[in-house]
Amino acid sequence: MSRGISASAPVILFVILLAICWEALATIFHIPHYIIPKLSGVFISIGENWELLAKHCGVTLGESLLGLGISVVWGTIAAIWMDSSSLAKRTIYPLIVMSQTIPMIALSPIMVMWFGYEIWSKVAVVVLFTFFPIVVNTADGFRTADLDIGELMRTMGTRKRDLFLKWKIPAALPGFFTGIKMAAAFSVVGATLGEWLGGEAGLGMYTKRASNMLRGEEVFSGVLLLSAMGILLFLAVQGVERVTLSYRKNAKS
Amino acid sequence: MNGVVTKQQTPALSVRGLTYSFPGERPLFDDLSFDIQEGEFVSLLAASGMGKTTLFRLLAGLIDSPKGEIVASGRQISLTEAASKGAQIGYMPQKDCLMPWRTVLDNAALGLELNGTSKRVARMRVMEQLPLVGLEGTEHKYPHELSGGMRQRVSFLRSLLGGADVLLLDEPFSALDAMTRINMQEWLLQVWEQHRKTIVFVTHDVDEALLLSDRVLVAAISPVTVLEEIIVPIPRPRKYETVMDAEFIGLKRQVLSLISRTQHRSGLEGESL
Repeated sequence: MSRGISASAPVILFVILLAICWEALATIFHIPHYIIPKLSGVFISIGENWELLAKHCGVTLGESLLGLGISVVWGTIAAIWMDSSSLAKRTIYPLIVMSQTIPMIALSPIMVMWFGYEIWSKVAVVVLFTFFPIVVNTADGFRTADLDIGELMRTMGTRKRDLFLKWKIPAALPGFFTGIKMAAAFSVVGATLGEWLGGEAGLGMYTKRASNMLRGEEVFSGVLLLSAMGILLFLAVQGVERVTLSYRKNAKS
Repeated sequence: MNGVVTKQQTPALSVRGLTYSFPGERPLFDDLSFDIQEGEFVSLLAASGMGKTTLFRLLAGLIDSPKGEIVASGRQISLTEAASKGAQIGYMPQKDCLMPWRTVLDNAALGLELNGTSKRVARMRVMEQLPLVGLEGTEHKYPHELSGGMRQRVSFLRSLLGGADVLLLDEPFSALDAMTRINMQEWLLQVWEQHRKTIVFVTHDVDEALLLSDRVLVAAISPVTVLEEIIVPIPRPRKYETVMDAEFIGLKRQVLSLISRTQHRSGLEGESL
């Protein structure tokens, strides 16, 4: 653990340095608070509004997790389907990749038209952002499973079910987790965008309203919390990954 | 054909009239027959391109031959048989093929586990065998923490415990460095003298084949219609130093002349690959 701390020391120090520069520059040059508020002002704003912010945080977190969960379930099912049928792979995989050329931001208003102003339009936008990394990374995990191990298992008279459970699944897990880690960070982006397009609650809505009212401190406090949420989600997935894939602890890359 | 057989018995592995070719290519094997007796260590010596890998895949039941039959311990080897009845032959591949997510213990137990042995019993059996193959104390290590030689030992133990009577070793030491390789050859000699399992060992290293085997079968001409047999009468236990004995060198000369004749002949046919 201490190795982890000393490894991340440079980034922590750098962030502290940035924070000091921010505070100093905003103070020295008298930058208007609606352009760049003082960092201390942002923290004061968070302190003053914490009850309201906690409520909005909960809303955004709920949307992110719900969308992420749906993507994990359907993304995994799609990846398994593509692995088990080469026809499915040749049909679906190119379409999924091509779908990434559609700007999700442009597609998002349609989600509002389809699912209304309730939570489900935000969840739908989150799914738009998170489905792709999960399905592609999991499918890659299946694809890169060592064929020689599968062949060896076949000489042992292994049944299809065991091939899947004892060979394909463990081989695909690293890709699966990579996908979820990426998706965890994207999920907050999706939820924020969903709230911008039409929401009554959530940190995305909070920042948009604050920005309309030129309240720099509140905009930045919302942004900071959204970013923290993305980081925490990522770290949470990474924690689960470390426990699940503990065998890779000392592995050479 | 059967050189060192003393008692008459059904062979552990019997190949009869095997013919195989890839679509649109000339046959690799044509009416090939040979027997491996129980408890025998036999090496198959073949230059690359002679269909060695294909022969192994046939013996392991990974592909079916349209003509001829392969019988191991009284059971016909085929794709469908493998799917329904479990391991017919203990296959040890060239690469160690260990699962990176399993410990040494669970990697070695894989074959037992797939045969329906409970995990607890499978692990117990592996633990009993670990000292015999020189792996005591490594049971909780992961493959990436082991050296190449150690990994091959785990791979060997996995094939040994798979439950089949005949082990098929496909150039298992070819990826190791020279020193480790000699170590592993001595190790295999030792382990085999304890187990006396029937082993078919494929290699293109003449020393290795002679040192380890009771008999060496040389694939002489392509397509392979017959395997030239050289009996290795050197007494056991053998050590690596055996390769410097006059008797050993005589045998080596015999094998090499057989191979060079082969190359000359296939050269005359206008195809050496």
